Amino acid sequence: MSDPLNFPQEELFSSPDVNAAREFFKHKSRARTNKLMSVSDAVSRFVHDGDYLASGGFGGVRISTAILHEIVRQRKKKLGMSGHTATHDFQILAAGKCFDRCDIAYVVGLEMRGLSPNARRMMESGEVRVTEWSNATLGWRYKAAVMGIPFLPARSILGTDVFKHSAAKEIVCPFTGQKLAAIPALFPDVGIIHVHRADVSGNAQIDGISIADYDVARASKRLIVTTERIVSTDEIRRDPSKTIAPYWLTDAVCHVPYGSYPGNMPYEYYSDEAHLAEWLDAERDQTTLDAFLNKYIFGTKDFEEYLALKGGEKRMAELRALEPLRRKS
Amino acid sequence: MPHENKRNNLMELMICVAAHQLEDGKTAVIGTGIPLAAAMLAQKTTAPNLIVLFEAGSVAPQLIKLPISVADSYTQTGCLIHGSMNEIMEACQRGIVDYTFLGCAQIDMYGNINTSLIGTDYQKPKARLPGSGGANDLASFCWRTLIITPHDKRRFAPKLDFVTTPGYLTGPGARERAGLPPGTGPYKVITTLAVIGFHPESKRMCVESLHPGVTKEDVRASTGFELLFVEPLATTPEPTDEELRILREEVDPQGLLIGK
Repeated sequence: MSDPLNFPQEELFSSPDVNAAREFFKHKSRARTNKLMSVSDAVSRFVHDGDYLASGGFGGVRISTAILHEIVRQRKKKLGMSGHTATHDFQILAAGKCFDRCDIAYVVGLEMRGLSPNARRMMESGEVRVTEWSNATLGWRYKAAVMGIPFLPARSILGTDVFKHSAAKEIVCPFTGQKLAAIPALFPDVGIIHVHRADVSGNAQIDGISIADYDVARASKRLIVTTERIVSTDEIRRDPSKTIAPYWLTDAVCHVPYGSYPGNMPYEYYSDEAHLAEWLDAERDQTTLDAFLNKYIFGTKDFEEYLALKGGEKRMAELRALEPLRRKS
Repeated sequence: MPHENKRNNLMELMICVAAHQLEDGKTAVIGTGIPLAAAMLAQKTTAPNLIVLFEAGSVAPQLIKLPISVADSYTQTGCLIHGSMNEIMEACQRGIVDYTFLGCAQIDMYGNINTSLIGTDYQKPKARLPGSGGANDLASFCWRTLIITPHDKRRFAPKLDFVTTPGYLTGPGARERAGLPPGTGPYKVITTLAVIGFHPESKRMCVESLHPGVTKEDVRASTGFELLFVEPLATTPEPTDEELRILREEVDPQGLLIGK
């Protein structure tokens, strides 16, 4: 009998070929240039149809909403998607039908807020090719890429249907004989992170938990950074322990105040639960969702117009007041 | 059926029972909702030195309010480390995390959990659910897995459509044979009807106590597989006045979980 745990599983959407990745990084520019650009330019220059995408943050916390909206607005298609605790970010890209394949650790759910009806319809249609993982193993796929090795061994997912429907392989430790799951490196074509402050060359800093952003920034071939504030390089150098990405990893810097809205931005503003509920309500059928997208994404020229529709500075001040970690100014 | 007495409701009972499972001075990766309410209550009563970790990266926060997301600002108030998901998952895999606390869509007699899909065609399921998130990893790594769930026949299923998160898999020794860390596995299932443990030899679900007003027949009628029962069967202790006061005034003053 063949080993039932190593039968052909689901599809591996991206190559763990570390030599090909080295060749790419060998030629990636290290030039310290001014990379400040509009969200629209960042998406048209660095996100292409068919690319594999990794979104930083945690679904509805410190996400780059402006870039995600712009991907929908520019009608990018056939993207690959890393579903690493993907919640509101997943909901946005599902609304735009932007992806056709997905590595799943956590999708369609919105934590305590329920499940996205539209994302569920999309994932139940059979039109999205899927491969199953878990938060740790999908996170360690980035980490293997960061380390420049083709896989990392892990001790979870073994024995379950997550393993059967993953693209991991069972291996035996050469030192201890322990069974392990070999988790293949994941090099996203493009990573998108939202940060508290960055300089124009792309040095980026985060306050609070970093989730998987350190690894997303390093594993991704191209990196788009959106930031609450643009600061000088001197300010970055004042507290280098907060730097999540140095400038030579970053391809685009976009200045987007309230860029995680309606998600939470720790130390800045809390989530807009009313608007997140409005999203869920709009998803009850395609007609109401189309009207909602026409109003907030296709009908606005940029993220600033969207924020204005949602109450602008007045609403943002309310969300700042709700933030428990906000700095006293 | 459980009687909703005038003193406390069922949710309050479940949160208090869950809090009792958490020993002082231990480490626990906690999700939002009922598990977190239980951990906060435990910290304010019997386990003041319970170390709470969140899978998104916060280490040992001083909790002031129930968060909505395991990453949001309320998981980070007064924390010791602004960590990463890797930091938390690696701690679990290393063996320094005692508890985790999960919910479920479907569960079988060995405590295996499905939160991925309903249906038989993986690429085109009848219903797509969120998937593992961190649950598979946490239940693989943490020493004791606690599960909290409504108790009904649809959920307590004879066979899962998809095993997302490992319980005892197919029975004694199966976790170890699969390569999962030895000595780990589901510890208690706290339901709307009962507190259920796992038989030390067979690793099958074994009811330890029934909530006040619940009969064996109620539990059997709400379960899609054969349950074991300890003898003598206990009654789940009711919350104390002090527990109820802390739960209502300090843990969930807005009544998000326990109601108004």
